[in-house]
Amino acid sequence: MLEIKNLHATVGGNEILKGINLTINKGEVHAIMGPNGSGKSTLSYLIAGKDGYEVTKGEILYNGVDLTEMKPEVRAAEGVFLAFQYPIEIPGVPNTTFLKEALNSVRRHRGEEELDAMQFVKLIKAKAEELGIAKDMLKRAVNVGFSGGEKKRNEILQMAVLDPKLAVLDETDSGLDIDALKVVSEGVNQLRSKDRAILVITHYQRLLDHIVPDFVHVLAHGKIQRSGGKELALELEEKGYAEYGVAAE
Amino acid sequence: MSGKAQTIEQVREFTDDSYKYGFVTDVEVDTAPKGLNEDIIRFISAKKDEPEWLLDSRLKAYRHWLTMPEPEWQKPKFPAIDYQDSYYYSAPKSVGDGPQSLEDVDPELLKTYEKLGIPLFEQERLAGVAVDAVFDSVSVATTFKHKLEEVGVIFCPISEAVKRCPELIRKYMGSVVPYTDNKHACLNSAVFTDGSFVYIPKGVKCPMELSTYFRINAENTGQFERTLIIAEEGSYVSYLEGCTAPMRDENQLHAAIVELIALDDAEIKYSTVQNWYPGDAEGNGGIYNFVTKRGACRGRNSKISWTQVETGSAITWKYPSCILQGDNSVGEFYSIAITNHHQQADTGTKMIHLGKNTTSRIISKGISAGKSDQTYRGLVRMGPKAEGARNYSQCDSLLVGDKCGAHTVPYIESKNKSSVVEHEATTSKINEDQLFYLRQRGINEEAAVALVVNGFCREVLQQLPMEFAVEAQKLVGISLEGSVG
Ligand SMILES: Nc1ncnc2c1ncn2[C@@H]1O[C@H](COP(=O)(O)OP(=O)(O)OP(=O)(O)O)[C@@H](O)[C@H]1O
Ligand SMILES: [Mg+2]
Repeated sequence: MLEIKNLHATVGGNEILKGINLTINKGEVHAIMGPNGSGKSTLSYLIAGKDGYEVTKGEILYNGVDLTEMKPEVRAAEGVFLAFQYPIEIPGVPNTTFLKEALNSVRRHRGEEELDAMQFVKLIKAKAEELGIAKDMLKRAVNVGFSGGEKKRNEILQMAVLDPKLAVLDETDSGLDIDALKVVSEGVNQLRSKDRAILVITHYQRLLDHIVPDFVHVLAHGKIQRSGGKELALELEEKGYAEYGVAAE
Repeated sequence: MSGKAQTIEQVREFTDDSYKYGFVTDVEVDTAPKGLNEDIIRFISAKKDEPEWLLDSRLKAYRHWLTMPEPEWQKPKFPAIDYQDSYYYSAPKSVGDGPQSLEDVDPELLKTYEKLGIPLFEQERLAGVAVDAVFDSVSVATTFKHKLEEVGVIFCPISEAVKRCPELIRKYMGSVVPYTDNKHACLNSAVFTDGSFVYIPKGVKCPMELSTYFRINAENTGQFERTLIIAEEGSYVSYLEGCTAPMRDENQLHAAIVELIALDDAEIKYSTVQNWYPGDAEGNGGIYNFVTKRGACRGRNSKISWTQVETGSAITWKYPSCILQGDNSVGEFYSIAITNHHQQADTGTKMIHLGKNTTSRIISKGISAGKSDQTYRGLVRMGPKAEGARNYSQCDSLLVGDKCGAHTVPYIESKNKSSVVEHEATTSKINEDQLFYLRQRGINEEAAVALVVNGFCREVLQQLPMEFAVEAQKLVGISLEGSVG
């Protein structure tokens, strides 16, 4: 589903990614761990298509098609979803208005009929309930005044509504309380299926107890330094990143 | 159709799409000869079968107008207007002696309003909004007239009001905007053709929204309408005006006057959704929208609230204002101005505090896109007797792209130590992170801009009556088309 080959990329003129190779197949869950500033979010932005993140070498293929040629909204409509590490606030735009516009844009792209107001409200209420999201959060402006954890839950709500094929979760666990972590993990696990793929970026092996990955990768110095199974996360938790040439602070 | 013709057709459809009100209605018209002179004014006055005093006041205004220099203080610059190259009166022949009942209105005109999204018949039956439809120089239909009359509300074309209630017209017309006020208002006082008149009697809360829909159709014709709203003691009315015009390569002048009078404890809510033809993407054509709007809070505890959504016109130049005469009176100005391509807008408000404990509130949201330019100009004056008066102003500008401009020019004059004036202003570029976030969710760039801008304007959109808020939101999106990418 996702093939990243020898990806080199720059941000603001600095080379951050220096030859990433990563293949994610349908049905798989991958986790990326790595020290602060190693380029994890950069990688997620490159997959989503943020301006200013430039591929200088290599490629990102999504179902065999070069992603970098596609606008962000097309990638999204094609099923790429990014749960942001820092969700963005959009003053004055109610959460539901935003979600309805997003869902209907995606549905139009997929050749599906748009949902009318009634159908949409029904859908969103059900999803919000599953994720333990209070009704008033739906009416409020997108992420404005949301607590850190509420913002993260809101990302998962959007994911649940948009029903992506490839979900990239950038530190969605950071800032969640214990109960929320469970709810969010359940939300993600529900999405797990043989024709979807999930990439979680995290600092904590704790999350991986809930969302059990098929593969764990260590990203440092702009490269995948090591890949392994779930046990790699446990090892990192114990030893830190010293062996990858990153000094413990 | 040949391949080439087809392509041309498609291109036209595509480019015309952004201004969907650009069509022309083919009706037989009655026009005054081209140009401006005393005979033309006599012609208009005779067409309307006006009393002597009104013709005299028109002529007085015209003679004064001749002596007035063109104003030059505004930011938008444009070539001198050739006043002789325009028609000052144009009316569909079928209208004959003024507006009739809906059944008698020329079907061609009814179709026009339907195409504009204002099906007059339906409005009458379903929407519960009374509409006065002004087509070029005349009113073609007013709905709900009789229902309103049952509660004593008069809602009719101003030319009809001149005949029906001349004493009200003589007492109030020109009492808020005198003909000497400014060059464009003076011209209007000389050549105004039609517009709406509203009278709400003492203690009456007008049972429905009133609205006037202005349509410029004829070529080379100026529209000079005049609106007068009088709210007697303890009365309330909410009024909305909408405007569109066909797409033409020449600029057309629209110089209106709106006067509002609120007596003790009365409230007038005046909303505008202005969508005159803005000109094409290269800046050709479009309406010059030079309008004088002013409300007088004459009574104690009276309130006048202006809400405007300005998206059209090549140049918009207007400052809906409040004169807060009565003690404890309240003035409000909520504005959204959107300019795109080569549009220019110089708009804002004046709050003149004269009475004690008067308060005013100004919320202005300016959005500039493309190569457009906008100025917010706001005057707050605290008179010597305006003890305890307060004003709060907030002016936010949003820039879409880097070829547009936004300027904020506040004027604050205080002759009273006990009054308080607060002014806040911000200017920001549209936030790329917000756009990316929305696009990551599948929303295309243009729709993302529209969503962010709608959010930015929310405070003002909320002031509009429900029925129109939805339309206005769509309009925000439409007027920003072609602003990105
Ligand atoms: N606009 C920019 N200009 C220059 N450097 C940048 C820019 N954006 C990010 N960087 C740098 O790129 C590097 C990678 O950042 P990134 O956000 O991808 O790290 P991360 O692995 O997600 O870290 P964290 O675990 O703290 O979230 C950092 O050193 C960061 O400072
Ligand atoms: Mg990060």
